[in-house]
This record gives sequence, structure tokens and C-alpha cells, in this order.
Amino acid sequence: MNAISDALIITKRQLLQLARVPELILFSIIQPIMFVLLFRYVFGGSIDTGQPGGYVQLLMPGIFVQTVAFTLAGTAVGLTADMQKGLISRFRSLPISRSAVVFGRTLGDGALNVVVLLAMGITGYVVGWRPTSGLLSVTLGFVFLLVFGFAMSWIGVLIGLSVREERVATNATFIAVFPLTFLSNAFAPTTGMPRPLQYIAEWNPVSTMVAGCRELFGLKNEFGATAGSFPSDNPLLMSVIYMILIMAVFIPLSVRKYNRVSK
Amino acid sequence: MKTIIAEDLHKSYNKGSVKALDGLNLDVEEGTVLGVLGPNGAGKTTTVRVLATLLMPDSGRATVAGIDVLKNPDEVRKIIGLSGQYAAVDETLTGWDNLIMFGRLYHLSAKQAKERAVELLEQFSLTDSAKRPIRTYSGGMRRRLDLAASLIVKPKVLFLDEPTTGLDPRGRQDMWGVINELVKGGVTLLLTTQYLEEADHLADEIAVIDHGRVIARGTSDTLKKQVGGERLEIVVENQHMAATREIVAKVSGGAINVDEGLRQISAPVTTGSKALIEAAKLLDEKGIHPLDIGLKRPSLDDVFLSLTGHVAEEKKDEDLASTGKKRGR
Repeated sequence: MNAISDALIITKRQLLQLARVPELILFSIIQPIMFVLLFRYVFGGSIDTGQPGGYVQLLMPGIFVQTVAFTLAGTAVGLTADMQKGLISRFRSLPISRSAVVFGRTLGDGALNVVVLLAMGITGYVVGWRPTSGLLSVTLGFVFLLVFGFAMSWIGVLIGLSVREERVATNATFIAVFPLTFLSNAFAPTTGMPRPLQYIAEWNPVSTMVAGCRELFGLKNEFGATAGSFPSDNPLLMSVIYMILIMAVFIPLSVRKYNRVSK
Repeated sequence: MKTIIAEDLHKSYNKGSVKALDGLNLDVEEGTVLGVLGPNGAGKTTTVRVLATLLMPDSGRATVAGIDVLKNPDEVRKIIGLSGQYAAVDETLTGWDNLIMFGRLYHLSAKQAKERAVELLEQFSLTDSAKRPIRTYSGGMRRRLDLAASLIVKPKVLFLDEPTTGLDPRGRQDMWGVINELVKGGVTLLLTTQYLEEADHLADEIAVIDHGRVIARGTSDTLKKQVGGERLEIVVENQHMAATREIVAKVSGGAINVDEGLRQISAPVTTGSKALIEAAKLLDEKGIHPLDIGLKRPSLDDVFLSLTGHVAEEKKDEDLASTGKKRGR
């Protein structure tokens, strides 16, 4: 039980930081909202989706997934900063569970995602996003997004504990996530990509997540799936498999790394 | 009883090319203060990290309060406090928030954590700043809060890794006062420092380390004796340097050190004040009026110099050691 309560103390620390410095929340929200507005109005006019409600219906799941995928950046930078300041050493010298700090951090970043997704959802609604699937499915969609963000966060733990400087953490995570979110069906149809890229895009976890969320929000996924591949036909199942895989690999690696960090 | 024991600790990085610890041995008697003294890169931080369960040595043995550090790190963590050269506290949060968080992580109840936070803030004169974020604190205040956080459960054994590095003289004095109070309370303390004066001031015993091993240990007095007794030091005007050197040679018989820049001539003497009077008399006969003349007991700087053959030089190895392989690339 101590493992859980220790982790929650670390999570609470992060929430307390948000309370002490509200700008942290503000800027976590502004960027995704800006993305919603930019994509909605810059690309929205020129991309014909052939679906009722227009581009924004397809865009929102894409931008939700992109945002939660980037959770790993926050996790990584936060941990690198803690490590630089010697906080990780202090935590490691305490009689607490060996996984408490990293679990607490990923849970805290997950909690921040709740606020971010809510803000984005409201913004989306204002600019015309209307999920049609009913409350249960929509809620399930958001749960899906939160779990994906949590899973991605663990990749961030490993990156954050492996680099020495915050700036490196920022760049490393950007390089890791940015291609992943654009080499996908999130913003444009994969059908326009060169053939090899199409395969990558179809198997990309971001694509399966986006397709899965579109399904849960009551849309047909029109932005890919031309190849009739397994991930295109079973996006939800494939996403679940990906999330389990990511966590199965990165949680043990991250906890191990935490217990061996040299600073 | 020996509260801290380290036996033959080895730790190397980069496939053995950098030896952070090279057969380090030390022990600390219960309730006493051991000052681990050495330049940057000597292995001080690595030693503390091993003893505080943060780093596994390649080989060797270590116990803290009878508990095997390598086999039972969790038990060790319950009875130690660690405060490092970086103020390892959350700067976004207030002093109060930090102490509560660490109190809860030590598994105090909410009520106990609050009571302890009040006590510690009072003890370290931080009550007035308790509700301010740490980033608004001065360096000395941060360091005090960091130390307070390591004392939440009244540890039996305390590790302070360069507790005053980077502090201004006043901050350092304050910190010394605080540490002296703690020691009166009976804690066993291992403290590292690169300030010879600090070790002299705070420690019962001093272990001088260089290149990852202890090269001398003892009280500050015994170490000073090891270097030899007192030194006669005379400062004269330039034109009298040569004549003064001859006089010092007559009085001392030991190796004479001439510092042209300081216009100082010094040499070891065994007869104390007798040598001083003799030298003064001979100078007077020659009509030389020294600008300064006196006997000086060796400083720990002298100790270091005579033990290692080099002054307490800075190396980059400590950084390397503390960040591990990454920096070596």
C-alpha cells in the first residue's frame, strides 16, 4: 500500500506546483487550443472530407491524440529538471517504494491531461466539433486518450532520466513524437503519401489511436484504411495492444533506469 | 562502536578508465564527525553516494549503523539523512510544502508531518519564509531548508556533501552554527568538504582523500604534526631577501621556501619560539626590519600539499563520477 500512497504524494506535489504557479496550467492549455484553432481555420477550408460537419470532425480526434502523445515531453523535461536539481537523488535516499517517483510523475502528467483535454474539447465544440456517438462512447474515447497519454508518458520517463539537460530532453522528445504524429492519419489522408510511408502510417500507433477515437466519437475513418490492413480494420484493438506493449516495455525499463540514475 | 564503515570500495567508470573509488576505507565512530577532505574529483561525492544507497560500488563492503548498505539499502534509508551540494528541494513549492511532502514520504501522518515542519522551520529560522516559494530564498536559506528536509525523522546518521559550497561567508558561518548544534544532539555525521578550514572547524577526525582513496587520517592536530611542526615565516623588503634567507637557513636547517611575490621566506623549525627570537636577533644585527615575522602552525593546505605532493587541485573527474558514463562520451 505504501507504494501507492508514496506515488500519490509525488502526484500531489505536481498538482501543488500547478496550484502555486497557475501559468503552468495556462500554457499547457494554450498550445493545444492554438493548434485546434489553427488547423480548423487554416487547413479546414481546403480539405474536403466528404463527411457531414467537415474537417473539424476528423481533426479533433487527431489533435487530441497528438496532444496526449506529447505528454511524454512534459514527463521527460520534468524528470530531467528534477534530476539536475538533485531532487531525484534526494527521493532515492528516502525509504519509499522504488517506483513511487516515476509512477507519481506519470499519474500527475495524466491528471494534467484531463484538464487539457477538457479545454480542447470545449474549444472544439465552439468551432463546430459535434461527436455523434452518445455520452458513453465519447467518455470511453476520452478514457482511451488518457490511457494512451499515460503509456506515452513512460517513454518520457526513460528519455528524461537518460539525458542530462532539460534542453536535450525537449529536443529529444520533439524528435521522437513529431514525426510520429505527422506520419499518421491525424491531419491528412494517408492515401496521398508514397506507398512505403503509407504502410508506416497505417501501423503507426498514433494512426490507430486516431482511427479508434474517430470511431468512438461516431465517425467513419476516411483518412486512411485504403490498404485494408489489420490496424486499419481494427484500430481499437490495435491501439489497446500498442498501449499494453508500450507499458510492458517502458514501465520496467523506466523503473530500472530510475534506480540506477547516476545523478 | 563504528557507525559508518566502508571497506575497500572500488568504483570505476568508462570500463575502468576512470577510477572514482580505488580501495577506499573509512569508518566513523558513533556520535562523531568525520570530515572527508579532498579536491574536486577525489571521490568525495562518490563515497557519499555509495554510503547513502544511491550508487552500487563495483566491489567492497559498507555498513551504516550495522546495516549492510549493499544488501539492505531500504533499512539504511530509514535511518539516514542526506543533504547534498545542490539544494535538492522543489523550488516551485514553498518551504512548508516541501517539508510536508518529505514528511509524508517518510511516512509521517499528516498531523505529525505538520508538527515536524513547524519545529524544523523554527529550528532553522525559516518560519517567516515558510509560505514563500523556495526560488525566492537566498542560497543560505535554501541550504538550510535542504538540511531541514534531511532531518525530518531525526536520522541517526547524516551525510552532508559539501554543505557550504557556493555559500557566501555569512551563509557559511550560519551553516557551521547549525551543523555544530546538530552534532551536539548526538548525530553521527560524515561531511565532505574541499575547504580545509571547514574540516578543521567541524570535524573530530579528518580523512584526506585523493584519487579515490584515503591517504591520511586523524585529528586535525595529528595531521598537522605529520606535516612537521611549526614554520617560521618572515616577510622583508626585496633588497633584504638574500640576507634573510641566510639567517633562516641558520635557524631552521630544513627546506627553505622563498616566495618572491609575497617577499616571504619560510622554513620548518623545531624549537618554536626560540627559533623566532634567534631569527629576530640576527635580523636586528644586520639592520633588517622585517615587515612581518612569526610562527605558523601548518594549515590543512600544507597537510594536503605534503601528503599528495600537489596542492588541492581541481579535476573534472568528480563531475564525471557523479554523472556516470554519459559524460565520458
